[in-house]
Amino acid sequence: MSVETDPQLLPEDLLAPSPRSQLLHRALSHKGLLIGGFIVGTLILVALFAPLLAPHDPYAQSLAKRLLPPAWEAGGSWDHILGTDQVGRDYLSRLIYGTQVSLIIGFGAASVGLVIGVTLGVCAGYFGGWIDTVVSFVLTAQLALPGLLLAMALVFIIGPSVWVVIGIIGVLHWTYYLVVTRSATQRLKSQDFVAAANAMGASRWQVLRSEILPNVSSQIIVIFTFELGIAILAESSLSFLGVGIQPPIPSWGLMIAEGKQALFFRPSLVLFPGLMLFLLVIGANLLGDGLRDVTSPQGRN
Amino acid sequence: MFRYILQRGALALAVALVVSFATFMLLNFASDPASAIAGEDATQEVVERIRQAYGFDRPVLVRYFEWLGGVAQGNFGESYYWNKAVGQLVLERAPVTITLALSALFVTIVIAIPLGAMAALNPNSWADRFALTFAVSAQAMPNFWLGLLLIILFGVMVPILPISGDSTWQHFVLPAFVLGSSSVPAVMRLTRTGLIEVMESDYIRTARSKGYRGLSLLTRHAMRNALLPVVSVLAVQLGQKFGGSVITESVFAINGLGRLALQSILGSDIPTVQMLIFIFAITFVLMNLLADLLNAALDPRIRIG
Repeated sequence: MSVETDPQLLPEDLLAPSPRSQLLHRALSHKGLLIGGFIVGTLILVALFAPLLAPHDPYAQSLAKRLLPPAWEAGGSWDHILGTDQVGRDYLSRLIYGTQVSLIIGFGAASVGLVIGVTLGVCAGYFGGWIDTVVSFVLTAQLALPGLLLAMALVFIIGPSVWVVIGIIGVLHWTYYLVVTRSATQRLKSQDFVAAANAMGASRWQVLRSEILPNVSSQIIVIFTFELGIAILAESSLSFLGVGIQPPIPSWGLMIAEGKQALFFRPSLVLFPGLMLFLLVIGANLLGDGLRDVTSPQGRN
Repeated sequence: MFRYILQRGALALAVALVVSFATFMLLNFASDPASAIAGEDATQEVVERIRQAYGFDRPVLVRYFEWLGGVAQGNFGESYYWNKAVGQLVLERAPVTITLALSALFVTIVIAIPLGAMAALNPNSWADRFALTFAVSAQAMPNFWLGLLLIILFGVMVPILPISGDSTWQHFVLPAFVLGSSSVPAVMRLTRTGLIEVMESDYIRTARSKGYRGLSLLTRHAMRNALLPVVSVLAVQLGQKFGGSVITESVFAINGLGRLALQSILGSDIPTVQMLIFIFAITFVLMNLLADLLNAALDPRIRIG
């Protein structure tokens, strides 16, 4: 088979880097993006392979081994590297399984918020008029609600479970998606390619789906990354206050609340889960900052 | 200007009404106040009798307007859990939370504005990078965890500040720091970008050429304009501090509105929870209104344009 060269393709085109490779190059030279991506990626792997990584059953109690200190402190043992909690459960194993809890709730709640916020935002931006007025009013009202307090009350009343926590955090965190997709859609609406699609007889739904949405997707991904961190912090706050994830599930926020009972005696019980939370959220934020810089280089600061 | 105030005021009132309606519906559909009062082991018959005695069997819309009418006349309802008027409960607890929120705002200002200014005056220097790192870390820090870290630090290692309670002003130092630090990233970033923009403007170049340098250039010329947007964000942040007091007050055992909210939720005391959500929302709406008006008063472009 002979290799034919495309007569349309000039040498300059071959030499200039494609937008995709430019994007990749920018991504690979962005330090924050790489660090954030590494942290989040590693923790996703930890969550996926938790059963292989955890040295013990995170729910197995042992009265004989209560409140063991970390291995490097006096009285610690390498069998329980980070020690044990009040009922003798291996702390490292609970921290590892806690990654699953935080990530499931983070991804779940950020997705629920995405569906609500993007739907409202695209509709308000595309249709304008009274729809836009109504959506803007709903946004103002939503911003006025004390989110954490309402979430606490609803989770407690409905009954705390992982799904309820995901649903309620998601339902209360969509304003950021709305604001950004709304203004992006308003901008895109007047572009030539949208007019072209309209002229070719595309329905409103087709224009929204194949012209508008693909062009706001990079912004949506950036917000999703930030909302991931926000949702994870919200879950940890709810669980810490006792109106989120319930025992014996190893949620980091709940572990901090349980460790608080022995705050002065065994501060490591509070330190470790907090560090994990801090690490995961800082990873998500760095990733979000990086993605924003890389996908819209002009929009920095 | 008068029309502007009227418009903003009407919007604030509408938002307050919608928020109160939405919370009332959500809380009343999600919960059964009668069985909450009756307790867990009450029989169905007892629950029914309570439902009728308190009037919970009437349509929810009727009860909403009754509640709203009560609020308009200063009657905030009865707390079943505390056996007190909700209004009295709120009045007892509010001063502590207001003190906490204002001191937290003070902490935010004292940390965020100098940090932002330092970063803006030397973009991309070590100071700028330090400020940015600080902001990124503060954003990822779970508030309650920061509180517990400070309790470990000041409770065991350097016992110079009280770590729990609200009886003296020293008791507010750590909680105010925790609550205030959560606003630092937003305010710091805004100060930084605002000041960078202003420093590149023509009038600053003119002031420089007239011989203004250093602090006097900053305070007499640059800061005034750079802080315009910061002022309104501070008002909004103060509005959020009330809702944010739930965590801080629980960690430091401060008997304010935030702790009252948590206790009422755990006690299924819907009237108190309902009222607190309403109060926090109203505070936020009023602070936003204040921010809009401050902005209009400080920046003629908004008033006229």
